[in-house]
Amino acid sequence: MAERSFVKEVQKLRQGEGEVFHGEGILAVTKALLQSGVAYISGYQGAPISHLMDVLHDANDILEELGVRFENSASEATAAASLAASVNYPLRGAVTWKSVVGTNVASDALANLASGGVTGGALIIIGEDYGEGSSIMQERTHAFVMKSQIWLLDPRPNLTSIVTAVEKGFELSEASRTPVMLELRIRACHVHGRFVAKDNQRSRFTLQQAMEEPQRDTSRIVLPPAAFQHEQEKVGERWPTAVRFIQEHKLNESFDGSERDIGLILQGGLYNTVLRSLERLGLADTFGDSRIPLYVLNVTYPLCDDEIKAFCADKKAVLMIEEGQPDFLEQALNSILRKADLQARVSGKDCLPMAGEYTGEVLLAGLRKFLQGAAPHLLAPGAAVETKPPVFQQLQQEVPPRPPGFCTGCPERPIFTAIKLVERELGPVHVAGDIGCHIFSSLPPFNIGNTTMGYGLGAAGATAFNVPGARRPISIMGDGGFWHNGLTSGIANAVFNKYDSVTVIIDNGYAAATGGQNILSSRASNPIRATGKSIEQAVRGVGVKWVRTLTRTYDLARMRDTLKQALTSSEKGPKVIVASSECMLNRQRREKPLVRQRINSGQRVVQERFGVDSDTCTGDRACIRLSGCPSLSVKPNPDPLRPDPVTYVKNSCVGCGHCGEVAHAAVLCPSFYKAQVISNPNVWDRLLSSARHRFITALQRIGERRLTKYAMSSG
Amino acid sequence: MATTTRPITIAILAMGGQGGGVLSDWIIDLAERNGYLAQATSVPGVAQRTGATIYYIELFPEQVVRQVGREPVLALMPVPGDVDVVIAAELMEAGRAINRGFVTPDRTTLIASTHRDYAIGEKMALGDGLRDHSKVIEAGRQAAKQFIYFDMAAMAEQHHSVISSVLLGALASTKALPFPRAAYEEAIRRGGIGVEASLAAFATACSHTDDRAGGPANNEPPPTEPAAAGGLHPEVRALQGRLHELPSQLTFYATEGVRRLIDYQDPAYADHYLDRLQTVLECDRNHGGAERDYELTNETARYLALWMSYEDTIRVADLKTRSSRFRRFQEEVQARPDQLVQVTEFMHPRVEEIGETLPPRVGRWILSSSRARKLLGYATRRGRFVRTDSISGFTLLFLLARLRRWRRRTLRFELEDGRIEAWLRQVRAVIAEDYALAVELVRCQRIIKGYGETHARGLRSFESIMNFVDGLQPGTGAADLVRRLHEAALADDEGKALRALLTELKQKPLSIESA
Repeated sequence: MAERSFVKEVQKLRQGEGEVFHGEGILAVTKALLQSGVAYISGYQGAPISHLMDVLHDANDILEELGVRFENSASEATAAASLAASVNYPLRGAVTWKSVVGTNVASDALANLASGGVTGGALIIIGEDYGEGSSIMQERTHAFVMKSQIWLLDPRPNLTSIVTAVEKGFELSEASRTPVMLELRIRACHVHGRFVAKDNQRSRFTLQQAMEEPQRDTSRIVLPPAAFQHEQEKVGERWPTAVRFIQEHKLNESFDGSERDIGLILQGGLYNTVLRSLERLGLADTFGDSRIPLYVLNVTYPLCDDEIKAFCADKKAVLMIEEGQPDFLEQALNSILRKADLQARVSGKDCLPMAGEYTGEVLLAGLRKFLQGAAPHLLAPGAAVETKPPVFQQLQQEVPPRPPGFCTGCPERPIFTAIKLVERELGPVHVAGDIGCHIFSSLPPFNIGNTTMGYGLGAAGATAFNVPGARRPISIMGDGGFWHNGLTSGIANAVFNKYDSVTVIIDNGYAAATGGQNILSSRASNPIRATGKSIEQAVRGVGVKWVRTLTRTYDLARMRDTLKQALTSSEKGPKVIVASSECMLNRQRREKPLVRQRINSGQRVVQERFGVDSDTCTGDRACIRLSGCPSLSVKPNPDPLRPDPVTYVKNSCVGCGHCGEVAHAAVLCPSFYKAQVISNPNVWDRLLSSARHRFITALQRIGERRLTKYAMSSG
Repeated sequence: MATTTRPITIAILAMGGQGGGVLSDWIIDLAERNGYLAQATSVPGVAQRTGATIYYIELFPEQVVRQVGREPVLALMPVPGDVDVVIAAELMEAGRAINRGFVTPDRTTLIASTHRDYAIGEKMALGDGLRDHSKVIEAGRQAAKQFIYFDMAAMAEQHHSVISSVLLGALASTKALPFPRAAYEEAIRRGGIGVEASLAAFATACSHTDDRAGGPANNEPPPTEPAAAGGLHPEVRALQGRLHELPSQLTFYATEGVRRLIDYQDPAYADHYLDRLQTVLECDRNHGGAERDYELTNETARYLALWMSYEDTIRVADLKTRSSRFRRFQEEVQARPDQLVQVTEFMHPRVEEIGETLPPRVGRWILSSSRARKLLGYATRRGRFVRTDSISGFTLLFLLARLRRWRRRTLRFELEDGRIEAWLRQVRAVIAEDYALAVELVRCQRIIKGYGETHARGLRSFESIMNFVDGLQPGTGAADLVRRLHEAALADDEGKALRALLTELKQKPLSIESA
């Protein structure tokens, strides 16, 4: 079960013609797919479209009713390859993933698909993880669509526009025999809004029909001579057809304004922020009426030269508002105007930053700059500059950065503590990181991890160090990345190349970083997927001999010793440690309600949590540097003499026991204690406790006599 | 233009796991049920894992939408200077909002919980890494049109609810949104999770907001033992007499020091402390201490008391078995009266701790005999679990604490006593030529803390600074140098920064002059 359940919300997907649908962007996309008569959907999770995968998973019943096949693909490459069903058959298919990383993984299949072209509509929904909060390299998917000739939709970020883009996207794909990408920015995926629904459609042609009457057409396969023909087709047929379709169906939008001699050309996804900036400058209202004409590119590739020429014909200056780099659109605009000999001056990256997210603040500044040059009369006096009072800038030093980290009780934490302890004994090691929650180890307090080369590529990232006699690097790999490609790219590769590598596979039972989706080795049972497959068996299956599975990562001493063994063992070939403990976030979500229920029904329940004695804590916080648990915090020292804050354990503690293990294994301090709180104690508990209490208080009275005897007067 | 109506804009700044999403959902529901169109966005992803994140909501009256006949264009992210309500689920997140320009005096209602959830950078510092929160409150007062702040986390905890309900209550009380209180409560009810607790927390927050006395809870005053019914013990009275004779600037630390050392050992030990302090005070007086408020003696009063009450096994056992400690952990784990609490200590005494608790001769023999070390080493390889709430576990620690009587005859006492004397000698030696340097030397005691290896590392750092100072000409810049070394010693776990600085200073003795 994923982190967020959409079981209730997916019922909205049944809404019919004329009903008003309220909900998140990703739900709207799902509804649009159903309204478009999609036949199959697949994808791979990753922010910001993780929730789209979760919605689809939770909506499986509804999908089945409509005959839609939905798969959680093994990787983005699998998802992209599944679009092969649309090559020969009039079947509409949709796939989804996080871009640009997912697009990179899918690139082989995508390029093949784009070369041969499609019969049924093929829609690729990408969650563009660019800007604030992003966890990936900042690149544009735009470059990819240009090189493969895939059309790119970037609709205005309101649900009606997004739904229309899905529906028109399929039509465009079919008309131009080309796969179409729908780019959704991170906030658009999660925007809560509304649109008027239509009835869901069944696919007119079914997957069963396709399998009963298989079709083939060699000219669709990327092999000479067809491969050369495909390129000609792309530029000679598919492109012009797409441009015609876009113009005929008015996929791009022009908004007129009173200031005819200037204009803004923008990506659809930026429309709302641009409008708000114009409104702040007094040049537009909340309903989108702008004094400056706008040309909104809901399709950013291919461009429609005629539309652009028409828009720019009577303008002295236009501003191209294009997020990300390189400035493909601006270059294209310059080229189009030059060839048409139009004299409108093109501004773009000279007013706006070349790189980085176009936030409201950035756009406001960029528009001001453009208007100062092109139409200074439109700027109200004083609107050109805005400064913050100095006191607020001082805050910059006081507000601490808050990097992401492991959750309270995370089973991955002890693995990195163990690496730190091993480093103390054996010296520093090179650690090849992977993608997943575990990459937080590269941030404070662990600061472990030298590189990260991509999902599942932790072990692959250390292959060059296959040098005999050298200190072995440690590779990290998550269970998600392992099944995604790590089994072959990392483990099998090490077996084949006879590498004495050390790989730690972190098996927390879920694709945890993306929201707790099930994977092949999840322990949880999932009615529509096969789970419970063993990582150890898979690893042994490709020929690894040295495998240790630790079923409790919190056993720090064992983790440390196993790592040490792997690093020093004289045995040849790769060493694989499978570190298995369930993701605490998921475990708590499952167990918490059960525990509450048991306590309320009067059953005896023992709950554990940890604490720190502020009396004995001297405020060194070595414990925090070896843990970083959010529940392990500090407070001002209650001791008036001690200068430094003391550690304490917050109530959010889930009793994983890591801090105690650290205190033991690293020989830190005697301040940690484990408290077992017994709810609904039984008679035996009570008797024993009261006997202990009597004994202990009696001794305490004796022991503390001297404290009363020597008490000082206060003050 | 169709209208001049503007949306109501709301930014919620929270940390992953704080429930910002719940609050956002309540506000959406509240608005949609009360004649407003709501658009909300967030940036989930890795920030959900304890990082800082922003939820952003815009509300627009449906009536105007109907009049115009079109959907309004609402923004997906807050723009500086254009936010009506900023809700910060933690004090520094309020600081972040102010810093980013979301809070402006012409329009912004700022609602902030004043509790601190320390960032990892603050928590992991070896010294004191906590940031100054008072600046945030001050900035909030200047930046916001209306500023509501109090410890909302504490209030939520009182009601066994989440901070979101308190934040919503505070929002309702500001009347920044055009909805009646009952509408908020309806939204909570429709949310359907933890309704009763949420409503209670909401109601308290609604009525609380007049109280502006907020600010993070400060540390409580040190607990004072009640004076014995029959008046003071003669030895204690004598100590208090000595305390009265000290210059008044020293009263606070010296009194705390005496109190601590009686608690640690006995009145005679506290008397010894005052003797030592007296020798420092005399030096201090002779070198113009009166004009400096006896800074040297005052710092010595503090750090000498800490050093003299070093944490040995006896001290730990004593503190672990106190009745006050039993009361404290009951409170800390928030056990209800009908619940029982069992306590397990995580202890890991090393050979050193055992050897040092023995008489010097025996202790030294054990620590120097490789066979004895090996034998004991085997026994102490693993950490020990001690159930302090059980009869056997408690008795063990109780008896260990009774060794207090023999503390003066332990090896550890001898070692620490020697180190303290050496330290004080060095302080007294430099004061004549460099008062500031003497003060800095006293403060270096702060580096020695913790247990086991941590303590040993602190001691090594301390000693390397003292050795460095030994070869140094007191005078301009020496105090600054020691301060820098002190900071370097607290910069990292492995003493890297300190070693690097020491090497640098030894190579370039001239920098002493220029510093």
